[in-house]
Amino acid sequence: MSSAIRKMAAFVFCCALPVLAATPELRVCADPNNLPYSNQQQQGFENALAKLAASDLGMNVSYFWFPQRHKFFRNTLQAGVCDVVMEVPSGIDIASTTVPYFRSTYVFVSRRDRNLRIASFDDPRLKNLRIGVHVTGENDEAMPSTTALLHRGLVRNLEGYSIFGKLSEQNPGADIVRAVADQDIDVAVVWGPLGGYFAEHSSEPLEATPVCAAPADRQLPLSFEISMGVRPGNEALRDKLNEFILRHRSEIRQLLDSYAVPLVSAPEVTCP
Amino acid sequence: MMRIFQSILFTTFMMASVWGQNAPSATDVPGSQAGIHLVSPLPTGDWTMPAGDYANTRFSPLSQINTGNVKNLHIVGMMADGIPHGHEGGPLVVNKTLYMVTPFPNYLIALDLTKPGYPMKWRFEPNPDGRSQGIACCDVVNRGASYADGKIIYNTLDDNTIAVDADKGTLVWKTTVGDEDLGETVTMAPIVVKNVVLVGDSGGELGVRGKLTALDLKSGKILWRAYNSGPDKDALIGADFKAFYPKDQGKDLGVSSWTPDQWHMGGGTIWGWISYDPELNLIYYGTGNPGVWNDDMRPGDNKWSITIWARNPETGAAKWAYQIEPHDGWDYDEIMENVLVDMPWHGRTRKLLLHPGRTGFMFVLDRETGEVLSAENFVPVTWAKGYDLKTGLPMEDPDKRPHTNHYARGVCPSSTGGKEFVPSSFSPKTGYLYIPAHNTCMDYSGEDVNYIAGTPYLGASVRMYPGPGGYQGELIAWDVTNAKKVWGIKETDLPVYSGVLATAGDVVFYGTMDGWFRAVDSRTGSVLWQEKLTSGIIGNPMTFIGPDGKQYVAIYVGIGGWMGAVALPSVSTDDDYAALGVVGAMKKIKQMTNPGGAVYVFGY
Repeated sequence: MSSAIRKMAAFVFCCALPVLAATPELRVCADPNNLPYSNQQQQGFENALAKLAASDLGMNVSYFWFPQRHKFFRNTLQAGVCDVVMEVPSGIDIASTTVPYFRSTYVFVSRRDRNLRIASFDDPRLKNLRIGVHVTGENDEAMPSTTALLHRGLVRNLEGYSIFGKLSEQNPGADIVRAVADQDIDVAVVWGPLGGYFAEHSSEPLEATPVCAAPADRQLPLSFEISMGVRPGNEALRDKLNEFILRHRSEIRQLLDSYAVPLVSAPEVTCP
Repeated sequence: MMRIFQSILFTTFMMASVWGQNAPSATDVPGSQAGIHLVSPLPTGDWTMPAGDYANTRFSPLSQINTGNVKNLHIVGMMADGIPHGHEGGPLVVNKTLYMVTPFPNYLIALDLTKPGYPMKWRFEPNPDGRSQGIACCDVVNRGASYADGKIIYNTLDDNTIAVDADKGTLVWKTTVGDEDLGETVTMAPIVVKNVVLVGDSGGELGVRGKLTALDLKSGKILWRAYNSGPDKDALIGADFKAFYPKDQGKDLGVSSWTPDQWHMGGGTIWGWISYDPELNLIYYGTGNPGVWNDDMRPGDNKWSITIWARNPETGAAKWAYQIEPHDGWDYDEIMENVLVDMPWHGRTRKLLLHPGRTGFMFVLDRETGEVLSAENFVPVTWAKGYDLKTGLPMEDPDKRPHTNHYARGVCPSSTGGKEFVPSSFSPKTGYLYIPAHNTCMDYSGEDVNYIAGTPYLGASVRMYPGPGGYQGELIAWDVTNAKKVWGIKETDLPVYSGVLATAGDVVFYGTMDGWFRAVDSRTGSVLWQEKLTSGIIGNPMTFIGPDGKQYVAIYVGIGGWMGAVALPSVSTDDDYAALGVVGAMKKIKQMTNPGGAVYVFGY
């Protein structure tokens, strides 16, 4: 080995590590067990999106895993253990949010062999069906889709499923979709990304139909724009993520399509 | 037979000589009001269960410390545990040892009372599952332990009941009583009746199904379970059951008072206190809010949430039930203490159950039948005009009930109640119940977007604020017979969130959330002594006789809990609606105290 090469090697040895360590990290907080969003095996679309964003921004992804239950934000973004949550409703108080990168809505999920294709809360068949809904538990809370059903006097048809499910199961939030497949309930009304993904991955053929809004539902936001959320004050990171989203609209769209996320463009899809 | 009789005589004689001037017989307190009878032995030296006595009077017959010398109280022992969370409940004293249970990670610490400064004998670390911290709704608290059969028995946040050898500090048995994966946690203090350990649960916010579990004292084996929703067989309602009011009578009300199948997530957890009447051989306890909290989603009475139960401790068989508030709309968990006392009531002696409620009403029940004899408000109340004693139902103001389309305003008390779980104390000498009370009201307002488990949803915003008069808390002396307040000590900025201890020395002890530990005259409410401690007080004072024969008083400090958590660094006071809305009422607490748990012991 010539001395020049030795010097080179010494140089590489001495300096490569610090250079590597200087690669900035995109520190992401995510649920370790909640497909289609994220899981510890990084199979969710939030994981894929984080990878895409990090590579675009010249960063490495690192994770802090925490179940997305009550106190999630307090124990994650607010605690400083990460810098971004890949999905939050745009404009939510608890975070500083990027430009929206998709808008979705709630969906009716049913077995394909039932041929229901229900889209409207006013569908008369609902009166004779068992309708599964997610319940969150705290305060005076409800999905707007559940409120729409309550307004139709369908409370006795509702079957509540904890949105947290049982922690020891895989993707506990999908209990309700499994219940449709098993015919414990006739139809479930759930948030689009969850319904779309598990309808596609069910062993029993299922279909997910986006809900439509009747004039009576004018007060209810039935669709939501979704952004990434950073800690308030960290607008520098938010701005970088904004640029990433704007540069990669079509790839993000493709990614969401590959997870069967129902996308809507208008604020509310009105019933025909 | 003769031998047993002799032995009882001997024991009685020994007790009388040991306690000298503090020698009240177990249930007969000198200077008691005429006709008052206490059904459970009072703690004459040690303090072996959460309330000191089964009847939950939290009354001590000790009088070495009294109105004359209480001003001399000074710290004789202090031990910090380094855990910056809410310290609810209080210590036990058994056989010259003080036992302290901490918040998560639920250490059991034994202090040697025979040596100066009370050095630590041992610390038992149960290593509960860390995930339970993320599940518990309102700080990671624990409300205490019971002593029986040489064991200290308490619950860990991750749903285990454990028995620890009181001498050695080693585990005797451990039994899992709930499922953390479903959102259950355990924060309450168990009691031991005969050979039965009684344990409730927490997690009503997560749609768990509330239940009482009975375990065998020797082995920890589960003996029976009584659920607070579902069919009669699950609630252990059988042939012995007779509810006083028609509204609480009928088959399988725990099913029929819900929409189909919703009772599976019916809430009604048991995270407060359990009482026991040895004469009637009945236990009494209350249940929490129904699940889910959105009341539009659960039409019906939602039995057996917000209910007082009377049960046989050995079999669990229900004797009666009284649902205080059908179809709760405000989170008025009625898990408060039930104080058992026999006293004259409208001309004859009745077996009473006193229940100062979260609803803001002071319930007086006949504890043999479950009949409501009186329900007068002890704090400002707007949700109901009062109670109809004929039906046992509240006379609700429909405008104060929030719905998805109706944002109720000026609802008093707020969800934190006319009082919280912190227990009151009854003195047979005055006939007063000393109630740690709140005065907060709340507004529901427009819905905010929230986000959980990948799903956006809407939640009504709740903001709490001081009630009429502009103060937030009050220690109230309540004349039980005449159903009226006699005196009160108001707190401007904070609720009274500590337990109360009344003694035969005519002194009432309690603490404030900004850390004052206080002794007041039980008859007049004048403050006789107070000392500012290192953190806010949300624990329960207790008293005991030390190895030197002298009386001491002990209290935990350590701000936290649902309301007190606002003082913790992880909770911001910028948002009035945070911490389930209590931040609005607790703005100043960060400036008034700091977290940090410890036990203090005072001598005179």
